[in-house]
Amino acid sequence: MTLAAPTRTPASHARPRRTLRLGPVSATYRRRSLVVPVLVLLLLLLVAALSLGRGDYPISVPEVLGALVGTGEDTVRFIVLDLRAPRVAVAVLVGLALGVSGALIQTFARNPLASPDVLGVTGGAAIGAVSVIVLGGSGTTAAGVLGGLGLPAAALLGGLVMAGLIFGLAWQSGIDGYRLVLVGVGLSAMAQAVVSYLLTRSALFDAAAANVWLTGSLNGRGWDQALPLALALLVLLPAALATTRVLGVLQFGDETARALGVRVPLAQLAVVLVAVGLAAFAVSAAGPIQFVALVVPQIAVRLTGGSRPPLLTSGLLGALLLTASDLVARTALPETFPVGVITAVVGAPYLLWLLVRGRRRSTL
Amino acid sequence: MTALDTPGTAQVRLAADRVRLAYGDKVVVDDLDLQLTDGSFTAIVGPNGCGKSTLLRALGRLLRPTGGSVLLDGRAITSRSTREVAKVLGMLPQTPLAPEGLTVADLVARGRHPHQSWLQQWSSDDEAVVTEALTWTDMADLADAPVDALSGGQRQRAWISMALAQGTDLLLLDEPTTYLDLAHQVDVLELIARLHTERGRTVAVVLHDLNLAARYAQRLVAMKDGVLVASGTPEEVLTEQLLAEVFELEARVVPDPVTGTPMVIPVRRLRR
Ligand SMILES: Nc1ncnc2c1ncn2[C@@H]1O[C@H](COP(=O)(O)OP(=O)(O)OP(=O)(O)O)[C@@H](O)[C@H]1O
Ligand SMILES: [Mg+2]
Repeated sequence: MTLAAPTRTPASHARPRRTLRLGPVSATYRRRSLVVPVLVLLLLLLVAALSLGRGDYPISVPEVLGALVGTGEDTVRFIVLDLRAPRVAVAVLVGLALGVSGALIQTFARNPLASPDVLGVTGGAAIGAVSVIVLGGSGTTAAGVLGGLGLPAAALLGGLVMAGLIFGLAWQSGIDGYRLVLVGVGLSAMAQAVVSYLLTRSALFDAAAANVWLTGSLNGRGWDQALPLALALLVLLPAALATTRVLGVLQFGDETARALGVRVPLAQLAVVLVAVGLAAFAVSAAGPIQFVALVVPQIAVRLTGGSRPPLLTSGLLGALLLTASDLVARTALPETFPVGVITAVVGAPYLLWLLVRGRRRSTL
Repeated sequence: MTALDTPGTAQVRLAADRVRLAYGDKVVVDDLDLQLTDGSFTAIVGPNGCGKSTLLRALGRLLRPTGGSVLLDGRAITSRSTREVAKVLGMLPQTPLAPEGLTVADLVARGRHPHQSWLQQWSSDDEAVVTEALTWTDMADLADAPVDALSGGQRQRAWISMALAQGTDLLLLDEPTTYLDLAHQVDVLELIARLHTERGRTVAVVLHDLNLAARYAQRLVAMKDGVLVASGTPEEVLTEQLLAEVFELEARVVPDPVTGTPMVIPVRRLRR
């Protein structure tokens, strides 16, 4: 239906929203939400090129770009494409997945402190991974099964099982964001306890390996990790973007969302599944890298403005943060640190600043 | 004026048919009948906790009755899809929640959600309706202001603007005048009354101010402890006897010097 002509004089500056139209497709946008992701993307490309160039054998950015498009010396091409590119690709993909996952969960839970870590998805993945590392050599049946899965698959399985648990416990004819966070915090703590127990039962060498995994590291990551993650993103990223519109209405809370025609439980299920899937795949590839999913969406929403973290910008920013952190971890410090240390060092102070400055209310 | 809402003279749009409403085991409303006829303006009154919001939520399909049924245009509302209902029936909860940083224009634009699809996210039709809703509620100047930075009255108008943009024939509003000063209460009620008279919307509003309810609504429904005690014109419902029964209030009822509608003058609280 359309409304009749206004009875009062229309305000001069009720300006139209910016609308993109392509045939039958239309969507609104704001200028800042287009400019910011483009800038972040350019910065990401630059940092990635730098990262591909740095190492025991330094290569200049132009040479890196040459290698990427297929020109230049064979040795340079080999170093860039075969030795360094897989690791950078994992950094980009993991950052992308964590950023989008964090943005989805924070919007859904209406809570800037919610993230896959807080919800226990990461903890579940940690149980899976540490089990493989610790029990892997012990020859029991369970160890055989886990070992056969391989570490990433076990982590993925752990993350998904935990997600199922969170869901089962938080579900009450729909999901309340607050309840979800509370259940998640409880399950995270339990997961921590299980991981600690596994570590005390392990040989010294295994415990050391497990600890590195638990910090989140890109050491030794390659195409074996990048490919499954890329495939998962190919499915989950469009799925995440498809929830954007409904997410904007879910933000109002269940009652208003339903009044606006959203099938709330179904929409919630879709959003949480996608978010958890992204986080579980990311963790299975690089370990539980802290703070990316928590901090990045909050930076993104401050850059673009608006009422919730933008999905794509959060993803790109996550990729940028992780790639840059990895570059620092690999080259700027006397010894190679796991990248998770760097993201924590950057992320924790930022989080504190966020909470102290807190113009935006943080409710947990 | 629209036809009086005595059942039979006008088409019934929304009806509660012997509904029982409960939260878990706690039954709040039992065996309640109510009919909203096309183009009517109904005010629901009653003491705190008597089940007004609960009833409204059931009428808006936000709460499934545990007994009886709610009928929208003659069909059980629960048999219809959420989106289908949202195109016909708009509902404003008692304490709606706006995310921080959301602008008025964005809030009102969300009202178009039931009319949009994944491909067609924003049509020029949507644009026109939103602009018009903003203008109509006098919120155009504040279109770019964040909702959390508005005064209570402006915020209420922003939400009504959203409900307006939803473009539904039926509107259910839960205490749209709470927290507002008298002038803004009148402002919001005038707005709703105009929605009713100029746009022909069927409106049901939960109100606490009996005098304003009597002045603006065509029909009053009084509830107590989940039971519909009285229903009819303001003159029929607002009697001294009913005030004693429903609100446990001794009061005088005199004609409003401005409109002639009943006006309640409280004397004292009755305790039994
Ligand atoms: N979500 C809920 N769970 C359990 N009980 C509820 C819930 N919501 C309301 N109630 C109870 O149902 C009864 C009716 O509540 P309702 O909100 O419908 O009252 P109301 O008439 O709208 O009151 P008010 O004028 O204060 O808004 C109250 O006793 C209340 O405690
Ligand atoms: Mg109420």
